Amino acid sequence: MTDKTTVDTVETRYFTFAEPSNELTLELGEKLGPITIAYETYGELNQNKTNAVLVLHALSGDAHAAGRHKNSKNAGWWNDLIGPGKGIDTNQYFVICSNVIGGCKGSTGPSSINPKTGKPYALDFPLITIGDMVNAQRHLIDYLGIDKLLAVIGGSMGGMQVLQWMNSYPQKICAAIPIATTLKHTPQQIAFNEVGRQAVMADPAWQNGNYYGKKAPVKGLALARMIGHITYMSDTSMAEKFGRKTRANKETYKFSADFEVEGYLRYRGDNFVKRFDANSYLYLTKAMDYFNLLNGHNLSDIFKNLKAKVLVLSFKSDWLYPAYQSQEIIKACKLAGVDASYCEINSTYGHDAFLIEIEQETQLIQHFLKATTKENRNGGKNK
Amino acid sequence: MNQQTPIDHKIILNWIQENTTVLDLGCGDGNLLSLLIKEKHVHAQGIELQDKAIRQCIAAGLNVIQQDIDIGLSEYADKTFDYVILNQTLQQVKKPHFALKEALRVSKKVIVGLPNFAHIEARLQIFFQGKVPVTTALPYQWYNTPNLHFLSIKDFKNYCKSKNIQINQTAYITNGKKTRCLPNLLAETALFLLSKQK
Repeated sequence: MTDKTTVDTVETRYFTFAEPSNELTLELGEKLGPITIAYETYGELNQNKTNAVLVLHALSGDAHAAGRHKNSKNAGWWNDLIGPGKGIDTNQYFVICSNVIGGCKGSTGPSSINPKTGKPYALDFPLITIGDMVNAQRHLIDYLGIDKLLAVIGGSMGGMQVLQWMNSYPQKICAAIPIATTLKHTPQQIAFNEVGRQAVMADPAWQNGNYYGKKAPVKGLALARMIGHITYMSDTSMAEKFGRKTRANKETYKFSADFEVEGYLRYRGDNFVKRFDANSYLYLTKAMDYFNLLNGHNLSDIFKNLKAKVLVLSFKSDWLYPAYQSQEIIKACKLAGVDASYCEINSTYGHDAFLIEIEQETQLIQHFLKATTKENRNGGKNK
Repeated sequence: MNQQTPIDHKIILNWIQENTTVLDLGCGDGNLLSLLIKEKHVHAQGIELQDKAIRQCIAAGLNVIQQDIDIGLSEYADKTFDYVILNQTLQQVKKPHFALKEALRVSKKVIVGLPNFAHIEARLQIFFQGKVPVTTALPYQWYNTPNLHFLSIKDFKNYCKSKNIQINQTAYITNGKKTRCLPNLLAETALFLLSKQK
């Protein structure tokens, strides 16, 4: 059975760079190498290499954004948006999805083997930043022979990477689509991440991060994920999805997962620990918390050299990354004279909306990419 | 430009120089901006509040920001744009004086398009029927009108005079055609090309 709107069987590839003596200097000064980046590509790179779109994932995402792996039923995390004829049309664009360093989905992170010790890095892994993730992606793009990306797209932590691209490599992108994201985390956003980290570290199995080969801190990580899921949804979307429904159709007045929402959170938590490394969770959430494009800079300076077109998207019910944070990005674009579009999408799904409101995103992204391609062909804008 | 191009768009097109920068406040579906890009190769930015209009603009490949004009244009430096357009917008914002002041600050010239509340048809409806007028230029009922301010051509001219705003050009429209005589009585809508008095 073939599905014409899904990309063919895909596989995750691996790119390794920063070999010893050529290690990558991280933003905080430490050196890291060798570094492996997991990535996937969909569609064909055109002859002039002008149709490459880089997709960046959120905290718990991976390089598997679209299509299906061999013998797997699970499609990629943005499969509804990426594929032939879809919002990011793989008949037209060469789509790259890159995993982040610090992660645990095939890229170098705390669970990788430290070449100096032959053991997993654990907490010896250096603190990484969103800037480091983007630097690593830039090496991948160079390796793929792409001088300039048509667009960089991502939501949440992926959106932070988009903003970092706009700031660090303005000459390397024609367009950027940061979705449901922010120039910097607020105390509230840091607070939620800190509670998640404390949940991991309070688990006796965590052992200061040295749990590899032993029992992992699954209880703590599951709890962190449960908290996360509450912040990804909205009051309305929870009410719609669960109401006060109980599994046994009666309230048993026990501490079992009576309410459907309890069962859901437990299920999500338990599932997450099967696919995610607790230390990676600590490193990546810290990278998000430290992310601050305004660090010592004026709002008017952060996109000063940017010539790319920008489309910023937010969602009405997203209280974790509220619309005002996206409007701040738009302010920075206005101050820098950047061509910008902004749409606050009507949705009740909360922060999760960027993975759910595909129809609305498709419409906006499709046209925006088309306009970017057209302007590129005409040799840039009249400015 | 085709025959369906509305007369106000044609007049604005005429007033705008080639290769300039334009900010359209309340750009709606973006038809005017698309026309200006096509015919005058302007560099265009739109600001609009309505969801549907935003989608239409992005579908047309325009740069459009979803924003309430009443919060102002503080992120734009003085004289960022050659033109700011407020076509059928000014009477719908909460603070028209503030909006126009901001428009004049961020641009060299401002184009304003307004429905004329003192048009004869409106006057007759008020006088003979005793009803709030519903006309071609004012097509709404009292309970669903987006217009918050009702003014005549005379009102606007007096306003400009009192605020030291220079009117460089005017155009008056009735029945889809330009008109010249007795505009405050006979014009349904008016267009003004404004600048700050030096």
